[in-house]
Amino acid sequence: MADLTRLHAHEMSRLLRAGEISSRALIEAHLAAAERQNHALNAWLVIYRADALAGADVADRRLAEARRTGPAALAALHPLCGVPVGLKDLVSVKGGQATAGSKILAGYIAPFDSTVTARLRAAGAVILGKTNMDEFAMGSSTEHSAYGPTANPWDLTRVPGGSSGGSAAAVAAFHTPLAIGTDTGGSVRQPASMCGIVGLRPTYGRVSRFGIVAFASSLDQIGPFARDSRDAATLLHAVSGHDRRDATSAPIPVPPELLSLPATDDEAAAYLRGRRLALPTEYFVEGMEPGVAARVGEAVAAMEAAGAKVEEVSLPHTDYGLATYYIIAPAECSSNLARYDGVKYGFADRSSGEFIADYLRTRGAGFGPEVKRRIMLGTYALSAGYYDAYYLKAQKVRTLIKADFDAVWAAGFDAICAPTSPTVAFPLGARTEDPVAMYLSDACTLPANMAGLPGMSIPAGLSDGLPVGLQVIGAPWSELSMLRLARAYEAITARATWRAIEPADLHLTDDPTTPSPAERKTRRMQGASAKGSGGQA
Amino acid sequence: MTTEPVVDGRSAALERYEAVIGIEIHCQLKTVSKMFCGCSTAIDGAAPNSHCCPVCLGLPGVLPTINKAAVEYVIATGFAIEAAVAPTTRWDRKNYFYPDLPKGYQISQYQLPLAANGRLTFDTSEGPFTVRVRRAHLEEDTGRLIHDELGGRRVSLIDFNRSGMPLMEIVTEPDIRTAEQARRYAEELRLLIRAIGASDAEMENGQMRVEANVSIRPRGREAFGTRIEVKNMNSMRAVERAIAYEIERQAVAIDAGETIHMETRGWDEARQSTYHMRPKEEENDYRYFPEPDLPPLLTSPEWLAEIKARLPELPAARRARYREVFGLSSYDADVLVNDAAATSLFEATLEAGPGLSPKHVANWVTGEYLRLAKAAGNGGLVVAPEMAVLVKLVADGIISGTNAKEVLAEQFATGRSVSSIVAARGFEQISDAGALGAAIDTVLAANPAAVADYRAGRAAAVGFLVGQVMKATRGQANAVMVQTALRERLGKAE
Ligand SMILES: [Zn+2]
Repeated sequence: MADLTRLHAHEMSRLLRAGEISSRALIEAHLAAAERQNHALNAWLVIYRADALAGADVADRRLAEARRTGPAALAALHPLCGVPVGLKDLVSVKGGQATAGSKILAGYIAPFDSTVTARLRAAGAVILGKTNMDEFAMGSSTEHSAYGPTANPWDLTRVPGGSSGGSAAAVAAFHTPLAIGTDTGGSVRQPASMCGIVGLRPTYGRVSRFGIVAFASSLDQIGPFARDSRDAATLLHAVSGHDRRDATSAPIPVPPELLSLPATDDEAAAYLRGRRLALPTEYFVEGMEPGVAARVGEAVAAMEAAGAKVEEVSLPHTDYGLATYYIIAPAECSSNLARYDGVKYGFADRSSGEFIADYLRTRGAGFGPEVKRRIMLGTYALSAGYYDAYYLKAQKVRTLIKADFDAVWAAGFDAICAPTSPTVAFPLGARTEDPVAMYLSDACTLPANMAGLPGMSIPAGLSDGLPVGLQVIGAPWSELSMLRLARAYEAITARATWRAIEPADLHLTDDPTTPSPAERKTRRMQGASAKGSGGQA
Repeated sequence: MTTEPVVDGRSAALERYEAVIGIEIHCQLKTVSKMFCGCSTAIDGAAPNSHCCPVCLGLPGVLPTINKAAVEYVIATGFAIEAAVAPTTRWDRKNYFYPDLPKGYQISQYQLPLAANGRLTFDTSEGPFTVRVRRAHLEEDTGRLIHDELGGRRVSLIDFNRSGMPLMEIVTEPDIRTAEQARRYAEELRLLIRAIGASDAEMENGQMRVEANVSIRPRGREAFGTRIEVKNMNSMRAVERAIAYEIERQAVAIDAGETIHMETRGWDEARQSTYHMRPKEEENDYRYFPEPDLPPLLTSPEWLAEIKARLPELPAARRARYREVFGLSSYDADVLVNDAAATSLFEATLEAGPGLSPKHVANWVTGEYLRLAKAAGNGGLVVAPEMAVLVKLVADGIISGTNAKEVLAEQFATGRSVSSIVAARGFEQISDAGALGAAIDTVLAANPAAVADYRAGRAAAVGFLVGQVMKATRGQANAVMVQTALRERLGKAE
C-alpha cells in the first residue's frame, strides 16, 4: 500500500469499508508523520496517540461488524468512521486541554465534549490531537500563539495564515486529511488559502458553537479543512445541524447530498454550465499581489470557459468592513474573555492576596499583547458615552454590508468569487510589529462574517511557489451549492500541473535538525537571513 | 453621627420635607431548573457547589439557553401589574468583575425589559395608593462569596449553587412618599407574586430582596434630593422602619447643614438604624450590550394570550369579589386575601359547606382561626370540611358559640374531627322540646317567687329563670329555646 497519508478522506473511507486497510494502520501512519514533523511545523499543540489508536480500534470493530451485517449496515456508518481528524485547540474534548493558544488557559481540562466533538465521535472519526492557533483566534498568522508560531509547509520561513494555522498546516502537511477550524474574520479561509487547501466557513448558525471557546459570538463559526471539496463536504456534514444547546444554531436541515458530490470530473464540471458568478470590484484592490490577482483571474476565466456567466458587481460598503469588524469583534471578545480571571481554572497569579490585584496580575501575565489590545479596544467601544458612536454605529454598518450581499443574491447570482487573501503567505515576523498590516490580511474575508454568510477558499494555483486561494461566498445556507461549484472547479483544473505539487518544504520537516518555527522567527527578527538554515534557495 | 432620629410614629421631618422613594425588588422565580442551564433550583440546604454545571460555572465555550418558564412568570407578573409586555425582548450583558460572577458578566435585560409601564394599587392607612412600575425584567443570579478562616488563614470561598438562578427584578418610579406606602407596596407585590405562583417570595431566606432609593426634598420643591440606597431589609417591618429611619436621618443631617452624599446604606436590625456600606460616587459603567449568544425573544400574541388565560384570580379582584358577591366587609375581605392560608381555608370551607353563610365562615376564619394560627405560628391542622361542620353546628344552634371556640381550639391542636370533639365534650345543646319542658317544669316548681315576680310585670325575672334552667342542664340547654318556652309557659293561665 502506498503512503496512507496521501489519501483523501473519501478514499480512506472506501478502503476502510472494503476492509482493504484498517483504521489502526491509517491512524498509525498519520500519528507517525505528525510526531516526526511537528518539531519543524509546530502545527500540533498535543497529539493524542493512545486515545487515537483506541479510537481506531473501536472504528475497526464497528467497520468489521458492519461488513459482517451487510451493505445496509456499512452504508449506515458515517463515511468518517475510522478517518483521522485534527481539532483546533479551542474545541472542547472531555478530559483534554483547550488552551485556545493562550497561557491563561494552561492547565484547564474541559469536563465536557463540544457538540462538534460529540458529533465527530458519533460519526466514528478519530481525533488525532489539538492544533495550534492564534491566542483566542485573534490573528492572521498563528504567531500570536502562546505556544510558539506554526510554520507553513510550503515555506518554513513563512506563516501558515491564521488563526487556524495549525489545522491548515497539519492538513497541508498530510498529518491528517481533515481538521476543524473556526472562522471569525477569515480564520479558516485565509490559512486554507495560504496552505493550499480547502477551507469552509459555514453560514452563521450551521454548526453549533457549544463547547467552542468563544472569540466573538456573533461572528464565530466552525468549519472544515480538507484537501478537496468532497472531503470538506463530508466533514461539514458530520458536524452540522441544529443543537438545542446553542440558541443561535439554526433548525435548518443538513443536506444529505453533502455526502454525494460528483465523483467523476465530467459530472462535476457540468455544474458550472449557466451558473452566474459575481466578481465584486471592491475586492480587487491595490495592495493585492499581482500573482494573487493573476491566479484568481485565471480561475474565474476557467469557470467562464466551462460555461459559467461572470459579471462584475459592486459591494459598496466593503471598505467599512474592516473598521466595523474591529469594533464588533473586540467588543464581544472583551466580554467573552472576562471569565478568565484566575479564580476558577487555568493560569492564576494569586501572589497579592487581594482579588482585584490578583485579577490584574493574572490577566496581565496570562494574555498576550494582541488579546490585550483587542480587550482594550472592545472595552473602549462599549464604554458609556462611546457605545452609540462605535458599537451601535458598527452594527448599523453591518446591516448595510449585509444588504450589499442581499442585493447580489436578489439579482440571481449563484456565488461571489474573489481572492481569499490579498497576498500569499508572508514571512514569520513580517507583520507582528504592525497590527494594522496584519488586520488587512482579512480584508477580503471578514465581510462574509459580518453578513453571517458562508465562504470558502479553494486552491487556485501558485504564485512564486506559494499557494493562492480563490474565495467563494454564497447565499445563506448555500454550502452545498458552493461545494458543488468548488468540486466543478477542481474537475476543470484536475490536470493542471500545480495540482500535483506537494508543499515545497515538507521534506525538510523530516530532518530533526530543522529549526523550529520559533527559532526561525527569532533569527529573522534578529536580522538573520530570511531562509535560515533550511538550506533552501 | 450623633443624632438619634425618632422612628416611631409620624415623623416630624415629614411636615417640612417630602420623601421621594423608589423600590427595586428581586424575586427568585419558582422554576424547576436554573435560568440558562438544566441545573436544579433546589439549592436550599444543599452542599456548596453541588448544583452547578459547565454552563452556570461559565466554563470556556458554554452557551446559555432560555428557561421558558421563567419568562412566563415575568410576563404573568407584567400582566398582573397592568404593564405592557414587549412583543420582542432582548438579553443584554452587564459586564463587571467579581469572583462570584463566573462569566465576568451577568445576563440581564437592559433596553427591552419583558414588561414596562405597569402600576400597582393598594390600601394604606391614608386610603388607596397607586405606584407606577417602570419595568419588570429577567436576569440571572450570581454565586455567593463566603469569607472564612482555613488553617488560620483568612480565605474567600465561592459557592456557585446560586449562580444562574432566575431572578425577576421589578423597579418602581419614584412615586412613593412614605415608609408605610413602601411597605404596603412590597406587601401587595409579594401577595401578587405568590398568587401567580412566580415565587415563594420569602424575605427571610432571600427569595425576595427589597432595596429602596430614598431622598428627601423641602416640601414644595420639585428637584430631587441626593439618593441613598438602602439594603439588607429582611422583613416587611424592616422595610418600613429602615425607610422611616432614613428619612428622619437625612432630615436631621440637612437641618444640621450637612450635605448628603450618594451612598449605599444597610439596615441594622439589632440597632434599628442604617449604616454606611459603600460610597456610590458615580454610576458603574457596566458596558451593557446585546447578548450575542441569545437571539431576541419574540412574544407571540398567542403565547401571551395563553399566559394571560392561565393567570389566577389576583388579590384586588378577589377582595372585590368577597365584598360584592359574599357581602363581606372591606376589612374581612382584606384580612382573608392578605393571608394565603386564610384565603384557601375560606374558599374550601364554602365549597365543603355549600349552604353556609360566607359571612359566618369569614367570621370564623378571620377571627378564631387566624388567632389560633398566629398563636401557633403556623397554619394548624384545621381543614375545610371540619370548619364547615363547625360553622354549620353553630348556625343550626346545635352548639353554642362559646363551646364552638373550644372545639376549634382542640381541633386545631389535635386534628380530631369536630363531631367527635363535640360528642366527647357533651357540647350538644338540648334542643329537644320534651327534655327542655321537664327541666323547665322543675325550675318553675322550685322558684315560685320568681314566677310571681314575672307575673307581677317584672320581665327581668325571666332571665333568672333561664339561668336556673341552664344550670340544671349544665349549660347544654339551647338558651334561645329555653327563653321562648319559659315566656310561653309563664304567659299561660294557671
Ligand atoms: Zn448549571
